[in-house]
Amino acid sequence: MTARPSPTSTLDGGPAGRGNTRIGVVTFPGSLDDRDTQRAIRRAGAEPVALWHRDKDLKQVDAVVLPGGFSYGDYLRAGAISRFSPVMETLIDQARAGLPVLGICNGFQVLTEAHLLPGAMLGNNHLHFICREQKLRVENAETAWTADYTAGQEIHIPLKNMDGRYVADERTLDMLEAEGRVAFRYLGMNPNGSLRDIAGITNEAGNVVGLMPHPEHAVEPGIGTGGTDGLGFFTSILKKLVNL
Amino acid sequence: MLPSSGGQPPNPRTLDTVKHANETPGTEQPWAELGLKQDEYERIREILGRRPTGAELAMYSVMWSEHCSYKSSKVHLRQFGEKAPDNDALLVGIGENAGVVDVGQGYAVTFKVESHNHPSYIEPYQGAATGVGGIVRDILAMGARPVAVMDPLRFGAADHPDTKRVLPGVVAGIGGYGNCLGLPNIGGEVVFDPCYQGNPLVNALCVGVMKHEDIHLAKASGAGNKVILYGARTGGDGIGGVSVLASETFDSTGPSRRPAVQVGDPFQEKLLIECTLEIFREDLVTGIQDLGGAGLSCATSELASAGSGGMRVELDTVPLRDSSLSPEEILMSESQERMCAIVEPGKVDRFLEICEKWDVIATVIGEVTDGDRLEIFWHGDQIVDVPPRTVAHEGPVYQRPYERPSWQDELQADDAGRLPRPGTPEELREQVLKVVASPNQASKSWVTDQYDRFVQGNTVLAQPEDSGMVRVDEETGLGVAVATDGNGRYAKLDPYAGAQLALAESYRNVAAAGATPLAISNCLNFGSPEDPAVMWQFAEATRGLADGCLALGTPVTGGNVSLYNQTGETAIHPTPVVAVLGVIDDVARRTPIGFASEGHLLYLLGDTREELGGSAWSQVIHDHLGGLPPRVDLEREKLLAEILVSASRDGMVDAAHDLSDGGLVQALVESSLRGGKGARVVVPDGLDPFVFLFSESAGRAVVAVPRSEEVRFTDMCGARGLPAARIGVVDGASLEIQGQFSLPLSELRRAHEETIPALLA
Repeated sequence: MTARPSPTSTLDGGPAGRGNTRIGVVTFPGSLDDRDTQRAIRRAGAEPVALWHRDKDLKQVDAVVLPGGFSYGDYLRAGAISRFSPVMETLIDQARAGLPVLGICNGFQVLTEAHLLPGAMLGNNHLHFICREQKLRVENAETAWTADYTAGQEIHIPLKNMDGRYVADERTLDMLEAEGRVAFRYLGMNPNGSLRDIAGITNEAGNVVGLMPHPEHAVEPGIGTGGTDGLGFFTSILKKLVNL
Repeated sequence: MLPSSGGQPPNPRTLDTVKHANETPGTEQPWAELGLKQDEYERIREILGRRPTGAELAMYSVMWSEHCSYKSSKVHLRQFGEKAPDNDALLVGIGENAGVVDVGQGYAVTFKVESHNHPSYIEPYQGAATGVGGIVRDILAMGARPVAVMDPLRFGAADHPDTKRVLPGVVAGIGGYGNCLGLPNIGGEVVFDPCYQGNPLVNALCVGVMKHEDIHLAKASGAGNKVILYGARTGGDGIGGVSVLASETFDSTGPSRRPAVQVGDPFQEKLLIECTLEIFREDLVTGIQDLGGAGLSCATSELASAGSGGMRVELDTVPLRDSSLSPEEILMSESQERMCAIVEPGKVDRFLEICEKWDVIATVIGEVTDGDRLEIFWHGDQIVDVPPRTVAHEGPVYQRPYERPSWQDELQADDAGRLPRPGTPEELREQVLKVVASPNQASKSWVTDQYDRFVQGNTVLAQPEDSGMVRVDEETGLGVAVATDGNGRYAKLDPYAGAQLALAESYRNVAAAGATPLAISNCLNFGSPEDPAVMWQFAEATRGLADGCLALGTPVTGGNVSLYNQTGETAIHPTPVVAVLGVIDDVARRTPIGFASEGHLLYLLGDTREELGGSAWSQVIHDHLGGLPPRVDLEREKLLAEILVSASRDGMVDAAHDLSDGGLVQALVESSLRGGKGARVVVPDGLDPFVFLFSESAGRAVVAVPRSEEVRFTDMCGARGLPAARIGVVDGASLEIQGQFSLPLSELRRAHEETIPALLA
């Protein structure tokens, strides 16, 4: 194999009889990391499928990523308007029925606004946009999107946001902890004031995961952080879907 | 101030039509308030053979402003064309929205740096934000996808209270706008000097990538083709931005000019980018122009004068945010996030469909005619009838008087070499800490961490690296690097040399990262052209830059001039900012600055002379500016760049850092902190340790060479005649200058990284 993973790597496959594993990436007006996420999916060996916010049709994809950005300019509240877009109507139903969904940054905000994940995101406690290489600990390596990691594994991926402070009431936080639903925690420093250093969470079933940092920017040697610690998100889902 | 008709159907008594202008030659007109001089007004009357209408006067006033017409600088800027080096890489030169350079493999890159200085002082957040927006649209209008931005910034003294107002606003504005567009911010500069107090410099650069066949130009041709205005609605913001704001000296006692600053909406701009790129993909436009300074006046007159025919515009069809705007105000408005396209009739429907998909408002406002006039109508009445070239290109040209200032000799005679130097190793150590902790030399991560440097997933290098680098082609690894540099202190001591030193540093930075320098853009920030001393600085700097570009073989692709950067009688230091673009065949071969591998050998490339004039040391330790800047040797710069690029391509160096302000010690500290490894350094025989560490001789770099590559590397330097002195080794967790002092990296890190947050956070 060459150093650059080709679009048809050995991991390629998919649910029987359907050819490639197809992972949708929704573009909202103001999505920024949609093309990057498509690239990460390709690098992992799956086929990215562009989904459009006005289109209710999910094109029979096997999983969906809601990418980062400032959908609808983050006017009103990050993710608050996207949550009502036509594509989300279908997505919310299917996620509840088990479709794997990953929300990155703005996508995580959309997932909380859609009540697929509990809690909410507020402005960073220091009131500035922050962009840095962030150390995380993978707390739950059993979700659809984290199975390629090991519990307790430390990874470096970029973080970049304005509204990244995860908050929820104490009962919800206790519940998330008790049920092992804190998927990622900030290590080294808490970059935004998130409660209990929470960087990402999962739903009860483990098919819906949201996090603020950006795994799609750490999938190629020499680009972005220079490392590939983020690729595991996309290989995790691919393996899960292939082994269905 | 202006005759106003309102957005309602015209009141025939107040609408200043062409017919009305013909009938009322004696009407008093507010040309002075609009920034025109008496003789300029007379010339407009002469061109038209009558008095201008209110709308025509509005158009001429903004288009003939210093900012749009380059009337004071034009005669000097010509040298960039006259002295242009032969260079096959230049696909589109000066005069378009931005220049375009061939980078190989069928790709072309367009880049440009522009100023948004005056608005950013008045309203830091919006001023800086719309500066980013404007340059991004320039790049987009060439047919390119914008792929990166950078911001060279200059502020007053770091501890001045107003800096705490201006800087955080500017940084938040750049971040707030650029981050929402999904453009990685990969470099730039932050410089403090009391001379920028009241005149901060906010320059913005954007790089775009396209295939050769995608290049678009700003011209309106083909009679019957439609003129489509798309993007944001037109509002009352930024009226007269280029004329009353960017083209006059500030008077601190005047009324607030905040209404002349535009307000940005990055979300709208993001939609405009995606929408425009989709329109390009389907080949739907014959000409395109963004709306920036001077708004519709600029777009219509420039498109029409670059094309073969004339243009007719129905101004009352322009979608408005404020229905009370007069036609004059609509023509002058600098509302952001707007573009103007020329579209064949058969492609209009598809064009509008794509705009609708992206929720972008698009309106056919006129068409290209087979005449030679720009004609604008308001509810059927003609309010503009002009030859478009006279508005766009045939504005006044001034031969401003210039004269070497009387104080220049005295300044140059005040040699920094006479300043007291550290007498003991302890004193030297203390001064090193002081310099690396000083605001100009300290880490700027507090600023750059507010910018997204990862988006688009192609960032190879970003600050604090020597240059920013992004990948252009995913398969081959083709990439481009850009660096911006400018040193106003050097330019104050000698504007000719100062401009060349800015060019040389930027060129060196690109090469240090492993990229071959190809072409430049510049932003020339100066005081009032009405001051002969300032004009001399400008003339010298442009001459220096043009000569320098010829010597290095890097053509000027375009740029921007910002004059009137002064408050009262006090001008800023002459500040030519130079952006150099380079290409690298495979980004995997890029050279970072960080010392990351123990045992690698440190080589100092180039000659170190005793050169302290304008140095960081003289500023930090003695608050001194005098003497001569470092000597310029462009042949040496070329050789150094060739060596750095070859070494990168052949894997002979693991790290490289150019030497500039702060000298060798600054580079060693930055490389050690970046890579996390210290260094043991020996002062070469015959060199004074202080000069070795702090001299700012140009044409130098420090490189880390793996032992296995040492012979190959030194042979190459020897064969090509580049001095290379082995000065030490990457080692440990301290910076040790043998026989002098040792500084733990932890102490250096505190000194280097805590300054800016302490001042500004």
